[in-house]
Amino acid sequence: MAHDHSQDEHHDHSHLDEMDLKVRTLESLLVEKGYVKSEALDEIVETYEFRVGPRNGAQVVAKAWTDSAYLDRLRKDATAAISELGFSGRQGEHMRVVENTDETHNMVVCTLCSCYPWSVLGLPPVWYKSVPYRSRAVIEPEAVLAEFGLKLRKGKTIKVWDSTAEMRYLVIPERPAGTEGWSEEDLAKLVTRDSMIGTGLALNLDTLS
Amino acid sequence: MNGPHDMGGMQCYGPINPETDEPIFHGEWEKKAMALTVGMGFTGMWNIDASRFKRESLPPVQYLSSSYYQIWLAGLEQLMLERKMVSEDELACGKMLTPAVTPKRPIPDKTAIAAGLLKGGPTDREVSSAPKFTIGDVVVTSVMDPKGHTRLPRYARGKTGTIIHINGAHVFPDSNANGEGENPQWLYTVEFSAEDLFGAGTHKVTVDCWEPYLHHG
Repeated sequence: MAHDHSQDEHHDHSHLDEMDLKVRTLESLLVEKGYVKSEALDEIVETYEFRVGPRNGAQVVAKAWTDSAYLDRLRKDATAAISELGFSGRQGEHMRVVENTDETHNMVVCTLCSCYPWSVLGLPPVWYKSVPYRSRAVIEPEAVLAEFGLKLRKGKTIKVWDSTAEMRYLVIPERPAGTEGWSEEDLAKLVTRDSMIGTGLALNLDTLS
Repeated sequence: MNGPHDMGGMQCYGPINPETDEPIFHGEWEKKAMALTVGMGFTGMWNIDASRFKRESLPPVQYLSSSYYQIWLAGLEQLMLERKMVSEDELACGKMLTPAVTPKRPIPDKTAIAAGLLKGGPTDREVSSAPKFTIGDVVVTSVMDPKGHTRLPRYARGKTGTIIHINGAHVFPDSNANGEGENPQWLYTVEFSAEDLFGAGTHKVTVDCWEPYLHHG
């Protein structure tokens, strides 16, 4: 799109100012009416800004890669197995893991709104909630993955999980080759957020070096 | 309702353009929009299905041209206006002009919010009926166009698929969103082939479907 960059910036700033004013007005009204407490609002922001994010999911994946008994527990009851690591709660009440293999690549979408496993991945990125991703993921996942720079081996079947209920899906990406004997902590560093949504793969050693 | 939110399978919206190094929040307003939406949910004045239905009932042009947090804010305002918790005048000036409605639940402080976030709101329920379907069953989804809320997307209506998982019984959004109670129903994961859904493609799509959406194939 051919835009004048400075106009774009101006537009963005005035939009931000407008939204900023709107939410401040709303916040002061709702606090004054006693419907919410400011300290509670701060706690919600801090939870999702600092404490709950994709590092949680990466720990789950790294443990699944190294501990076959844990992987079994994830397969049987992912919600319970994930809460063993201390991750539970809102938008993660009913978890399932879906495992990428030689034959299958899994990816997750919510076509109807923005359902996403908050307890393990934090808040969803804008693209996950965007109209293009929500509309296209189910009909042309290969084209969608290509836009993320992902080209799968020929013959691999893509399975798209549409989160239409309260089940929340965490993709277990394939473990990168050459990581035998790595610690969970080091393995977790290879696990990107997108690899747990299915729009990416875990980092491989070439990418790292 | 066949609304703008039900967009699975549409092809007209262009590239995805993921943002590089995206921040968790784009500015202070997104933080507050998220926190207000989540925080107001704790009043117990509506359930998650009612809030989804309110968002998808926004005017289509507004829905499609808003960012997700703007959709949340607009939905929140509507929920509060309908329940007379706030008035239009109050939303405009940000000052209390009418007495507050007593919320259904006590207003949480910092500790209670932290506990509430950790607990979440599980939707699984005990039911006395046995599940009608079992893994491997071939099912056909309903053909329907309800005026109220539903979680069966249009692209998956009247389609043949296979049950691959039984997820227990869960609150039924089609009832719960419309104030008709939780009416829990068995919830299944149904796998469809892209060919059956869209006439072409080699991939699979799964949709979580409550029992009332399904019929024996």
